[in-house]
Amino acid sequence: MNVFRYIAHNHQQVLELTLEHLRLVGFSTLFAMLIGIPLGIVIAHRPRFNKPVLASANIIQTIPSLALFGFLLPVPWLGERSDRLAILALTLYALLPIIRNTFTGIRGVDSAVVEAGRGMGLTESQLLLQVELPLAVSVILSGVRVAVVISVGLATIAAAIGAGGLGEFIFRGLAMVDNRVILAGAIPAALLALLADFSVGWLERRLQPR
Amino acid sequence: MQAEAANPVIEFRDVSYRVAGTQVLCGFNLQVQRGETVVLLGRSGSGKTTSLKLVNGLLTPTSGEICVKGVPNREADLIRLRRSIGYVIQDVGLFPHFTIERNIGLVPKIEGWPRERVSARVAELLQMVGLAEEIATRYPHQLSGGQRQRVGVARALAADPEILLMDEPFGALDPLTRDELQREFLLLQQRLHKTVVFVTHDLREALRLGTRIALMEAGRLVTVLSPAEFLRSSDPLAAAYVRAFGEGLESAANRGTT
Repeated sequence: MNVFRYIAHNHQQVLELTLEHLRLVGFSTLFAMLIGIPLGIVIAHRPRFNKPVLASANIIQTIPSLALFGFLLPVPWLGERSDRLAILALTLYALLPIIRNTFTGIRGVDSAVVEAGRGMGLTESQLLLQVELPLAVSVILSGVRVAVVISVGLATIAAAIGAGGLGEFIFRGLAMVDNRVILAGAIPAALLALLADFSVGWLERRLQPR
Repeated sequence: MQAEAANPVIEFRDVSYRVAGTQVLCGFNLQVQRGETVVLLGRSGSGKTTSLKLVNGLLTPTSGEICVKGVPNREADLIRLRRSIGYVIQDVGLFPHFTIERNIGLVPKIEGWPRERVSARVAELLQMVGLAEEIATRYPHQLSGGQRQRVGVARALAADPEILLMDEPFGALDPLTRDELQREFLLLQQRLHKTVVFVTHDLREALRLGTRIALMEAGRLVTVLSPAEFLRSSDPLAAAYVRAFGEGLESAANRGTT
């Protein structure tokens, strides 16, 4: 029985775990965007804060993922449900590329354009919404793209703390020393990563100015 | 000093501006009257651009004050002030992600003009600056440098401001296009009578466009003269400018005759 037959035979469970995986990645990316984009905007406008914020996001990135999942385990409300915990950890990992790209994207907007807009009497929020964000959107989205692809991979480790997702197959396969089971998790995860990369890339091109 | 200093549209009162320990502008006094074109002439770093940005509140003076239509800038609503002043910069600063129509119509639109009125105004302005109406749907990168600069002028005129600030608007253009745009600026000014402050380092441009020339050097106003006075001036700096440009012209004209 090869891998594909194994997957076909367990398709119900593959589908379930894929959806669980998507849920972990989807929520964490959403939260990371909700936090990272505004934070990136703030540090692009207030250069004083950019070093500490980027450094903190960088440090989080260096914590080994398994250790981060472990660290968060004793946290009261979070520790009760492992999926909450996994989403938080994945959110933290997704922050760096999103903050950094938002920062670079906004800083990269031609200063003559911003100055002209300000000189014409645009308010700071009009400047942000009508000029800076539209011009930075493709750089910001390429950060989101990196974040999503990283998350799809990292989310497999969430299974180690019982948060589900395609990592279940991988850990089970490791325990059973059965490559088919490992691949039943790894192949859909890889496909998910490719799909996510492709779809955010498509959005990026669609929203590119001009 | 001018005698008809009744109600200057723009007035610098003893303005100084200092940033990061550098005195960019020092004890600057100047009055700009309705309908005149005052050219700020000086070399790079003499404080010309800073003076412009002080008028529309992009910069705040370290000391002294600037009044626009009698109201000191520090008491004014800067957003309102800027919308009532047309601003043209050398790099044009057109919004690359907006069509020409949206670029020109931006201030009217955020001022809440109805859509038909904005489009009518855009069409009128395109014609006024000598551009074809088809251009309205294009994007800035699809235009030539001269066309972009015309759009920049149209955009500054959009909400029919009384005052225009122009920061080396024709500096980056080739000589022929620059000549064309200067000529059109004069024609436009004959019709519109805007109050204009125009920054340049080109004496020829200053003489051609200015009703008065304010000569600046190292953050100070050296002298304010009419173009005719400027050519006869005994002021050493003014004379140096005339010599620099005059000699250039003469030697170019005399080449081959000696």
